[in-house]
Amino acid sequence: MSEAASVNPAPQRGSGSFAKAVRKMLREPLGVLGISLVLLVVFGAVFADLLASADPTRISPRDRFSGPGFEHLAGTDQLGRDLFSRVLHGGRIALAVALGSTAVSLAIGMVLGLIAGYGPRWLDNLLILVFDAMKSFPTVMLALALVTLFGPSLTAVVVVVILVNVPGYARIIRTQTIALKSAEFVTAAQSMGASTARVLRVHILPNVIGPLLILASMDIPVVIAIEAGMSFLGLGVRPPTPSWGAILNDGFANIRESYWIVVAGGMPIILTTLGFTFLGETLRDVFDPRLKGR
Amino acid sequence: MSGDPVLAVDGVEVTFPMGRPLLRPFGRPNSIKGVAGVSFEVGRGETFALVGESGSGKTTLARAINGLQPVSAGSVTFEGQRIDGLGRAEMKPHRRRMAMMFQDPVGSLSPRQTVGALVTEAFRIHGTEGRDMRAETARLLSLVGLPHDFADRYPHQLSGGQARRVGVARAIAFNPVLIIADEPTAGLDVSVQGEVLNLLNDLRERLGLAMVIITHNLHVVRHVADRMAVMYLGRFVENGQTEAIFAAPSHPYTAALLSANPEPDPDKARDRIALPAEVPSLLARPSGCEFHTRCPWARAMCRSTPPPPSEKLGRVLTCHFPLAPGERPPERIGS
Amino acid sequence: MSVLSVNGLTVSFTTDGGTLTALRDVSFDIPDQRIVGVVGESGCGKSTLINAILGLLADNGRIDAGSVLFEGDRELTRLGDNDMRALRGQRISTVFQDPMGALNPVLSVGHQMINVQYRSGRSKAEKTARAVEMLRKVRIPDADTALSRYPHHFSGGMKQRIAIAMALMMEPALLIADEPTTALDATLEVATIELLKELQKDIGCSVLFISHHLGVIAELCDDVIVMYAGEVVERGTTRQVFNDPRHPYTFRLLDCDPARQHRRVRHLPTIPGEIPDLRQRPEGCIFAARCHRVHDACSRTPSATEVGGGHAALCWLADIPETVKVTA
Repeated sequence: MSEAASVNPAPQRGSGSFAKAVRKMLREPLGVLGISLVLLVVFGAVFADLLASADPTRISPRDRFSGPGFEHLAGTDQLGRDLFSRVLHGGRIALAVALGSTAVSLAIGMVLGLIAGYGPRWLDNLLILVFDAMKSFPTVMLALALVTLFGPSLTAVVVVVILVNVPGYARIIRTQTIALKSAEFVTAAQSMGASTARVLRVHILPNVIGPLLILASMDIPVVIAIEAGMSFLGLGVRPPTPSWGAILNDGFANIRESYWIVVAGGMPIILTTLGFTFLGETLRDVFDPRLKGR
Repeated sequence: MSGDPVLAVDGVEVTFPMGRPLLRPFGRPNSIKGVAGVSFEVGRGETFALVGESGSGKTTLARAINGLQPVSAGSVTFEGQRIDGLGRAEMKPHRRRMAMMFQDPVGSLSPRQTVGALVTEAFRIHGTEGRDMRAETARLLSLVGLPHDFADRYPHQLSGGQARRVGVARAIAFNPVLIIADEPTAGLDVSVQGEVLNLLNDLRERLGLAMVIITHNLHVVRHVADRMAVMYLGRFVENGQTEAIFAAPSHPYTAALLSANPEPDPDKARDRIALPAEVPSLLARPSGCEFHTRCPWARAMCRSTPPPPSEKLGRVLTCHFPLAPGERPPERIGS
Repeated sequence: MSVLSVNGLTVSFTTDGGTLTALRDVSFDIPDQRIVGVVGESGCGKSTLINAILGLLADNGRIDAGSVLFEGDRELTRLGDNDMRALRGQRISTVFQDPMGALNPVLSVGHQMINVQYRSGRSKAEKTARAVEMLRKVRIPDADTALSRYPHHFSGGMKQRIAIAMALMMEPALLIADEPTTALDATLEVATIELLKELQKDIGCSVLFISHHLGVIAELCDDVIVMYAGEVVERGTTRQVFNDPRHPYTFRLLDCDPARQHRRVRHLPTIPGEIPDLRQRPEGCIFAARCHRVHDACSRTPSATEVGGGHAALCWLADIPETVKVTA
C-alpha cells in the first residue's frame, strides 16, 4: 500500500486520553514526585491564610531571630516576622507570577508565531528579526533596564518574564505552523472557503500547541527563578511583601545571626523548581509518540 | 452533454517564478510552467479524467481550477461565471458548488477533529442557520455508507477506505455540482478501491455530480471516466473519449502509458513500449514536440517544430505523426 | 536447495490492547535463483515477515515459534546480533519503497557504494571500479562522475536504481525487495522491474518481492505466496495462483483488480468487511467472516491443502475450483 506522505503533528488526543495521560504519568516515579510537589506548593499558597495564622508582614522586634518552634514553625526573620507565613504567602506571588506571566507569554507567543508562520514572507522576516533581537538581550540587563522604567515592582518582574519567554514560544509555534501550512488538511479547509482566522484557530492551533504546553511547564521554574532573582537583587517586589527571593536576600544579609532564614527562602524555590521540572519531563515522555506501546 | 458545461477551462497556464530577481543567472529561465496551456470542458453529470505521471502538472491544474493556485494565463469558467483571479470573498460562494477531495485519505482530515465535525465543516464555514448539525452528520454518513457512531471517531482511528468515505461525505455536504478528486484510490488496498469508485459513481447518479478525476492509474480511469486527457509536462497530448483512446491510442505517450500498466496475468504477452526513463526537467523543456526526447517514433520534424493541436473524430491530439491502431515502435539500433 | 526456508513462523507483539498475533504459522520456501512474490494488503504481516527474517523486530515483538533457515544451515531466529549484522548487506540485502531509507543524504554516492564493500577485502581502486560497474549495470548515465554526486542530485527513479545497485553489489544470495516500485510512476515501474529481472539473472540471486501490485507480481515473480491477516492463505507458482486461485481471498483479490476488467463495468467488485482484530483472533478460518464460500466446516481452522505441483491453499474447499458451485 503506498504511503502517501502526511504531516503527523503532536500526539493524538481523543476524548478520554487526558485521564489516560494522567494515569500514565502516575506510573512514573518522577511523575508522582512532580505532581506531589506541585500540589504541595499550590495547596500551601492557596490556603496560606488558613495554614499560617500569623500576619506575614507583622513586625515584632521582640521575637526576632527565633528559631523554628511551636509558635513559629519556621522561625522568624530579622524583623520578627513569622517565616512560615511569609513563605506560604510568598508562594502566592511566585505562583501568580509564574502562572500568570507564563500564560500571557504563551498567548502573545502563540499569536505572533501563528502570524509569522502563516502570514506573508516579509512579515515573517520582520518578526524573526524582532525575536532574535529580544533573545539576544541578557536577562539581567533587561531587568535593570525595565526597573529604571517601572521601578522595582511586580510589574517589572512580569514584563521581564514575558519579554524573555515570548521569542522562544513564538519560534516554536512558527516552525510548527510553517510545517502544517502545506498539510493537506489545511489545503482542504482552504478549498472549502475557510477564512484565515478559521484555519488558524481550528486546524493549525490545536495541532501546534501540544509541544508548547510541555515546554511552558518546564519554563515555570525558570520564571520563578527570575522572580526570586530579581527580588533578591532588590529589583522585584518591594518590602514588606513577602517573596521567596526577598526572604533569601534577608537571610543572606543576616546569615551570621541565623541560618534558617536562608533555608526558609531557598527550600520552596528548590522544591517548586524540582516539582515543575519533573512534571514537565514526565509530560513530555508521556506524550512522545516514539515511546508509544511501552 | 446537455446544456452548458459546468466547467470550462480555456488556455490555462500556471507559472511559478523562481529565485530572486537580482540573482537570476543569465540565460536560465526565471520561471517554470507547471501548466503550459490546457483547455477542456466538463458537462453536467460527466466524469472527466486527467491522467499523467509525476511532474505532468495535473495536481497543479486541479488546484488552479479550485482557486488554490493563481492562474497565470487563460480562464476558468464555472457555471457560466469566470472564477480565476477572484478574491477570497468572491470565490467563497462558488466553493459550495465545487468540492475537492485530496490524495492522502487520512492526511487530508484534520487530526483533532471528530468525523462529525469534519463532515459538517462546510456548514460551519458557510453558515449553519437553520441546520441541525447532528441531522446533517447522520445524513452525510448514511450517504457514504458509514455507521452513525463513526461521528465520534478521530482520523487516526479510521482505515484508509473509511477515511476516504469521510472525505467524500465532507465534499458532498453542500450538494456541489462538481467534485475534483485527486487520486481517489491512492493509499487504498486493491480490495477497497472499488468501494470508493462505486460510491462516487452512485453519488454521481443520485446527485447529478460532475467529476474531474486526477489519477495516474489508467485502469481506474476506464471504469469511471467518460472522457479523459493525458498530460505531459503541463500540456494535454491527447484528449477524447475514454473507450476510444483505450481501444486505439493515437499519441505515442498514451500508447506507452497504456502498455506500461502490467496486468495480473502471467501468461499475457508483453508488448511493452519502453520509454527512456528520464522525464525532462521543467527548467529545460525540450524543443519542438516536448515528448521527442523519449518518443520511439521521433523524427527530425519532431525536434524542430512544436505540433499544433489537431482535432479528429472528437479527439484532440498534439502529434505530428499520430499512431495507427496497434502500431509498434520502429526497430532502433542500440538502446 | 532453498536459499530461505521459513517454517511455522509465528510472531506476536505486546501492545497496550493485548497480544497481537502478527504472523501465524507462516511457511514457504525461496528456492535457489527463483523470484518469490508476496502479495497482501495492509495488515497482512508483510513488514513483520521481513523484520522477523532480518532480525529487526521491534522491542515489543517476539518470535513465538518456527524457524527461518538460511542456505540450509543457518537458523536466523537464533543468530546473535553480530552474526546477523554480518549477513545483512552481504548475503541478504534489502531494497525498500523509499530509496532514502538506504541512501545517506550527506555522503556521496561513491562513498556509500565503497562502504558497502567493507567486507570484500578489495583495494580502494577495486572497490571504486566495482561501484562504477554496478552503476552502469543499473543504467545510471555517466557512472564515473555519478560517484562524486550526492543522492539529492538524482531523481526518485534513479535513486531507487542506485539503491538496487548497492543492494546487489556484494552479490547476495537473497534480495528482499519491499514494495520497491510502489512510489514510482507506471513507466518507471516497468523499467525498474525489467532491470530487476535482468540483474537477478546476471547475479543469480533469489528475490523475495513484496508488493500489493498484482500486475507487477504476475510479470516478475516465478512463485507467489498470498498473505492475509498474518497467514499464508495460498502459495504456488505465479501461473498456478493467478490462473487457478484456490483460496477465496485470492480469487476475490484478483477479481477486484481493475486491471482484470477489460470492459467498463458499472460496479467494481470489492471484498466487503475488514480484516479481523489480530489481538482477538477469531476461532476457525481467519477469512470466514468475509468469505463467499463459507460453510460449517469453516469454524475449524483449515490446514494447508495440496492441490498439486506445489500449489497449496489454506481452505477446506481448496481442491474444489471456483467453477464448481458450492452448496453450504
